[in-house]
Amino acid sequence: MSRPAAVAAALLVLASVPLWVGNSYYVNIASQILIYAVFALALNVLVGYAGLVSLGHAGLFGIGSYALAWLLADGWGHLPAALAALLLILGASAVFAVLSLRATGIGFLMITLALGQILWGLAYRWISLTGGDNGINVNSRPAPFGVALDGATPFYYFTLILFLAAVGSMAVFVASPFGASLKGTRDQPRRMTALGYNVWLIRFLAFLFSGFWSGVAGLLFCYYNEFVSPNVLALGSSAEVLLMVISGGTGTLLGPIAGAALVVIMKNVASAYIERWNLVLGAIFVAIVIFMPEGLVPGSVRLWRWLWTGMRRAPARGGAR
Amino acid sequence: MAFTLDRRAFLAGAAAAALPCAPAIAAAPPVRIGLMTVKTGPLAQGGIQMEQGFTLFLKHRNSTLAGREVELIVADTGGNPAGAKTKAQELIERDKVDFIVGPLAAFELLAITNYVEQHKVPMLSLAAADDMTQRKPNAFFVRASATSSQCTHPLGDYAAKEMKLKRVATISEDFAFGYEQIGGFQQVFEDSGGRIVMKLWPPLNTADFTPFISQFAGIDGVMNGFAGSNPIKFNQQYAELGAKAKWPILGGWTAYDDALLKSFGDDAVGAISAAWYSSEIDTPSNKRFVADILKEYGNIPGGYAAGLYINGMCIEAALKKTGGKTEDRQALIAALRAVSLTDTPRGPFHFDHLGNVVGTVFIRRLERKNGKLVNTIIKTYPNVSQFWTYDEKEYLAKPVYSRDYPPLKS
Repeated sequence: MSRPAAVAAALLVLASVPLWVGNSYYVNIASQILIYAVFALALNVLVGYAGLVSLGHAGLFGIGSYALAWLLADGWGHLPAALAALLLILGASAVFAVLSLRATGIGFLMITLALGQILWGLAYRWISLTGGDNGINVNSRPAPFGVALDGATPFYYFTLILFLAAVGSMAVFVASPFGASLKGTRDQPRRMTALGYNVWLIRFLAFLFSGFWSGVAGLLFCYYNEFVSPNVLALGSSAEVLLMVISGGTGTLLGPIAGAALVVIMKNVASAYIERWNLVLGAIFVAIVIFMPEGLVPGSVRLWRWLWTGMRRAPARGGAR
Repeated sequence: MAFTLDRRAFLAGAAAAALPCAPAIAAAPPVRIGLMTVKTGPLAQGGIQMEQGFTLFLKHRNSTLAGREVELIVADTGGNPAGAKTKAQELIERDKVDFIVGPLAAFELLAITNYVEQHKVPMLSLAAADDMTQRKPNAFFVRASATSSQCTHPLGDYAAKEMKLKRVATISEDFAFGYEQIGGFQQVFEDSGGRIVMKLWPPLNTADFTPFISQFAGIDGVMNGFAGSNPIKFNQQYAELGAKAKWPILGGWTAYDDALLKSFGDDAVGAISAAWYSSEIDTPSNKRFVADILKEYGNIPGGYAAGLYINGMCIEAALKKTGGKTEDRQALIAALRAVSLTDTPRGPFHFDHLGNVVGTVFIRRLERKNGKLVNTIIKTYPNVSQFWTYDEKEYLAKPVYSRDYPPLKS
């Protein structure tokens, strides 16, 4: 199947989800998958293309959620609140980046972990602002261009549009010269410096890009749940999205999406039937690490190619005899 | 949808297959009850006891309430707000439940309250967040257990008037349930002439309470609001450091819940606690409940199991009033809020206009009797409302109890 045909087929499937999954509950699950996919794609910019593993991205995701919830509770309209929240995310990402890009590798991971925990602590303890443990309720969803997003299906399409925008921007980003230079800083930072590239600036801009889409996912998550609490900023959330990226396949466009789908489906759908669902999820992760260390999507592609060439080689050998 | 075999279709099919001679029964759809509990993670212990309590209730009633068969759907929220929201959607939109029982934790309840109210599904929860029935009420909510501060109000009264304590330090986990319990205690204790001199808030996952306990000085008693498995660690260290010999210890219902008795040692003997339920309560239905939980699950039931059993009794009473009908949700919640029972595991209770329980609070002393630890009831406060003896309007005009409210008097 050619690439445009595959893309068209995928779009058709995504656009028709509410028609064939039947119950609004499953439409909501699909929305959740898309929200987490945007978040995982955003993290993948750093993990996959810049080689920087962050354990603090739930902090950026959470800033988006909290800023939106707080501004809405303060009486702002949906559009100004969302725009202000996005600006705040860019600011926070810049601060995060300046502090954490002093290091790479484990150092980077530890700094982002610490920053994420500081934000979690603030959300938990700055009770006058965040409501602490009790969180903030959001009482309405927006109605862009007069379309109310209260139902499961309109909200799904709203999420889908933003998801497609995220995927599109990632595809452009990866294929661009800037994307190539980012991969260069991942593989050969010293040579890149020697070639005259400003490695720090490239990483900084990539961090902003990643933080922005993490924040967008945070806004969607806030509207989806109509509630925020410190749980969204917890270390567990940062680790979960990192697992999505790694299990799906770092440095690929489809990997984080597959990882997000896997985790969301196991957590929400399978848990209704399997009491020890986290054991099963753990077993799946272990299996991925053993059989497809590069991740679900690249691993499946490798297996498929292996099977395909195997099948083609067999008759060819027979013909030679 | 047409080709998916969901649990509902499966049940209908199974019922039809099992009862080919009784089409009338198979045709009447069951009452569907969704139980939101926590079976994985740190809150799982309470969550599993909740399920035990409700399962025992359905067993006692042969899974039939007011002449209608009951189908129970158990959902594990994983103990987090987003999980609770998804499970609430599953129960309401996919399984079309008539009642939601649960969830366990306040932050889960707060994450779903608007959603559940919009879908007009009556919800019965143990989660204690004061504002659920105070400043942010939900018209489809009833709470048959207690608000966080409902038991510590009378405990403050008891500490000041009967124990004659004057200066008390408080210690509790650093989260809303702790703030509200301690706030309620402080309010009544200080209004009765006592004084809170120190409030300590160890983080939720504190392993060692020694640095906190060693700060106590210049007091004549300590009030704690611990929950989960923290009371075991705390009481052990409190006794080891010699603090127990100096200052009597008081606690809320989760700190000395009867289900914890099997894990406590002599460290906890002498603790005074206030609870809305006690396994020692002498009513026929409580005796039967305690005996059967012991027989089925091998442990003494505490508030989590009893609370869910009592929630089941509320649903039964409401269904009897509506003749087993659940379609008219307004009538259903009205019937639920009008429930007034006398022979229940916790004794007599009814609901106020905000859906919160008005019932007895028991003051207990933890003792060793015949080699076993028991919480002996030493005083009962009947008909305790969530507003204690305060005027409702004045009470609601004040902020909800928090880390800094009421403030320490300097």
